[in-house]
Amino acid sequence: MKDISLTINGCDVKVRQGATVLDAAKAAGVFIPTLCHHPDLKPAGQCRLCVVEIEGSRGLPESCATPAEDGMRVMTDTPRVKEFRQQALGIILDNHAGKCIECPANLDCELQTLAAEIMPIETKQLAETDNPFFRRDYLRCVQCGRCVRMCHEIRGAGAVIFREVDGEPRVGTAFNLPLPETGCQFCGACVDVCPTGALTFIQPIPKGAQEIASICPYCGVGCRLIFSVVDGRIKAARPDPAGPANLGQACVKGRFGIGEYTHSPDRLVAPLIAKDGVFTPISWDEALNRVAEGFRKYQPDEVAVIASAKMTNEDNFVAQKFARAALKTNSIDHCARL
Amino acid sequence: MAGLAKTFGSGAMTNTLEDIAESKCIFAIGTNTTQTHPVTGTRIRRAVMNGARLIVANPLEIPMAKYASLFLQLRPGTDLALIMSMARVIVDEGLADMTYVKARCENFAAFAESLKAYDLDFVSETTGVSQEKIRDAARMYAETDPAAIIYSMGITQHSHGTDNVLALGNLALLTGNVGIRGGGVNPLRGQNNVQGACDMGALPNVYSGYQPVTDQQVKEKFEQVWGVSGLSTEVGLTLPQMLQKIDAGKIKALYLIGENPALSEPNIKHVTETLKKLELFVAQDIFQNESTVSAHFILPAQAAMEKEGTFTSTERRVQLLNRVVEPPGEARPDWWITAEIAKRMGAKGFNYSASADVLKEINAVTPSYAGITPKRLKSGDAPHWPCPSEDHPGTPILHTRTFTRGKGFFAPISYKGPAELPDEAFPFVLTTDRSLFQFHTATMSGRSAALNEMWGRQRVRISPATAKELGVADGDMVKVSSRRGEAQARAMVTPKVVDKIVVMDFHFAEANANLLTNPACDPMSGIPEFKVCAVRVQKV
Ligand code: SF4
Ligand code: SF4
Repeated sequence: MKDISLTINGCDVKVRQGATVLDAAKAAGVFIPTLCHHPDLKPAGQCRLCVVEIEGSRGLPESCATPAEDGMRVMTDTPRVKEFRQQALGIILDNHAGKCIECPANLDCELQTLAAEIMPIETKQLAETDNPFFRRDYLRCVQCGRCVRMCHEIRGAGAVIFREVDGEPRVGTAFNLPLPETGCQFCGACVDVCPTGALTFIQPIPKGAQEIASICPYCGVGCRLIFSVVDGRIKAARPDPAGPANLGQACVKGRFGIGEYTHSPDRLVAPLIAKDGVFTPISWDEALNRVAEGFRKYQPDEVAVIASAKMTNEDNFVAQKFARAALKTNSIDHCARL
Repeated sequence: MAGLAKTFGSGAMTNTLEDIAESKCIFAIGTNTTQTHPVTGTRIRRAVMNGARLIVANPLEIPMAKYASLFLQLRPGTDLALIMSMARVIVDEGLADMTYVKARCENFAAFAESLKAYDLDFVSETTGVSQEKIRDAARMYAETDPAAIIYSMGITQHSHGTDNVLALGNLALLTGNVGIRGGGVNPLRGQNNVQGACDMGALPNVYSGYQPVTDQQVKEKFEQVWGVSGLSTEVGLTLPQMLQKIDAGKIKALYLIGENPALSEPNIKHVTETLKKLELFVAQDIFQNESTVSAHFILPAQAAMEKEGTFTSTERRVQLLNRVVEPPGEARPDWWITAEIAKRMGAKGFNYSASADVLKEINAVTPSYAGITPKRLKSGDAPHWPCPSEDHPGTPILHTRTFTRGKGFFAPISYKGPAELPDEAFPFVLTTDRSLFQFHTATMSGRSAALNEMWGRQRVRISPATAKELGVADGDMVKVSSRRGEAQARAMVTPKVVDKIVVMDFHFAEANANLLTNPACDPMSGIPEFKVCAVRVQKV
């Protein structure tokens, strides 16, 4: 029998006759959440978590019960699909009694894992979202005071404190002020040490991302940061506890300020030449030849080089060698003063 | 960093960040450390938690003032008077470490003579700090061992910045605080690799490792290693001098790599016009900016997270960068672009195939970096220079036995105030500050939505009394003008600023403080007076 060819999220996949869309997704290495499905049992279409979008068909069919067909185009993670799954799982969770912590299946529960995958992080309750970096949900706080001590002992900010509420010490801010009014540096050190979900980053550190350590490009402290990279893009950064200059600390710029500029659509991506006041892309070869030709025309006292305190040592070394050995001038400087 | 080089023979931090924890007294002057070097702020905080005393001297009530044992809120530009008067109190009250002074320093007599000019009446009047506080600070610094000095741009960005640094060097020599754990004089460098750019010789007077261009032997060494002849022994131009010569039509071609002088230099309106006069202007950067728009060629560089190579942090520590993500489009490493231009000009010695090749050459020609090899860094080490060989552990503390220049030099200094003082026409003092949430000209940090949400615009910060005098309320639009230009932005009324002072930053193109600042430079370091100029403020 001939195999069936279809696409899942734009990727081609081949499956044998009789396979379901769910089987095809598995073959393509695409994860679709399931709860009622079990490989030994017949499809039931009960939980409705495995829904997908199929081009040309209305509604959201369950992938476990839909046979794969030649030429099908399947999308598993559209906003519509995601929203539907959240609603479906929300209903399941509402009818699911008890606290996880008291359940014998705690930490070994498919429902728990799915909820972590599918549900947006709960923000209803008390969550304070008074800043763009992290949220505070004191219903989940266990009053361990780690954040308070971190903020006081290491950061010296004293932004979060123990205050008295109904005669009990409670973690919070003085007079319950929003964090930006407390002298908070938004360093995130308190979030790092919080043992529960009381303090969480708005952009969570993605699980399973590739992790690469490098040095922060902002100030001269030289903090070593661990970057989480997904699909070639920086998704999060956190301080490296083994970084010799920073010992597990960082600041708001290093932690939250690197990915966006690195991946900015405004980055220069090709050599440009100014023609009648308009910048036009040219090839590297042409650019380099014309620049070299240009510099050759000038005497040593007619040229100058400005290097940068943001570049590497190697970049700066080559820049000063260029000034001295190629242009024959010592007129090279950088903004050492700033 | 010309001052420290004169006093000790080296301009870098004498001690390390880790070492701050060992200090029993920290004198932090002209640095808003928790905002500009936040993680160094945590080191200071750890020391204070361990019982160290903290003396903060700053025109602004900065966050560190909260946990300082002493806070001296001095008038902008009067640091020199404060520091020298502290030295005078130390000498007058017999608190100097004369054994150390005699054994390790020179020129004490001339220095002691120059202290006569700094009597407490005059200094207290000039700085606005009470005599009692000055005396307390001097005693606390002299009597607590070891004591460290930490400073930053609030000390150097003055027309007499070098004198400020010399004065701090004097104070440390006087109390025997140089060359010991927990002591030292520690300039915190602004940008991530300022230290490295200086170490590598991106300066008009030295090759890598501070080898003078005027030294015949040094010249011959480089000619031999590089296989070239005719290297110049004449000191080149500093950045402000370059701009003057471009303006005068003497410099006709400029290669600008990764900087934005049309926003970061004083009196930027003039800088922008100057750059337009160039016949050949080649810019290399990761973004278009206020300077590159005038260029004839723009070459796309890679960002830090796309690069391999090394950075040298403020504590002379050399660290390895790893490539975190791939560069966009055709962006190339800066060293590669420069080397390609050189090769196409017919220059020899630019055949590198990786940044590690460049580091090997740095090792070969730079004695202080000789032992900081690619192999060693790859193994996870991050040593402090000087590190003369691969088996040398690196040097966390400088000048432990002798100074780099031999003896520590006491500098006699006569008092100089700011180059421009307030008068009837311009009655207020403008000083520049930085925000925790933005960096430099915000080319990088300004692209983060979250950081911009926290601090995304210029605010003219004034005290409640100044606001009242001007009839300005918080959030009102005001016009600030100096002899060089004007800028409009919203006012922010805050008790953290002293009366008669106006605080602005230079992060944004809009209403940039450098439309107003004074290009008067320190004669030795070439650093302009960013921290003080006279302005007028009007409600609009
Ligand atoms: S982010 Fe930093 S400064 Fe703010 S509360 Fe947390 S520890 Fe304190
Ligand atoms: S994380 Fe903050 S403190 Fe650390 S190097 Fe970067 S900018 Fe400096």
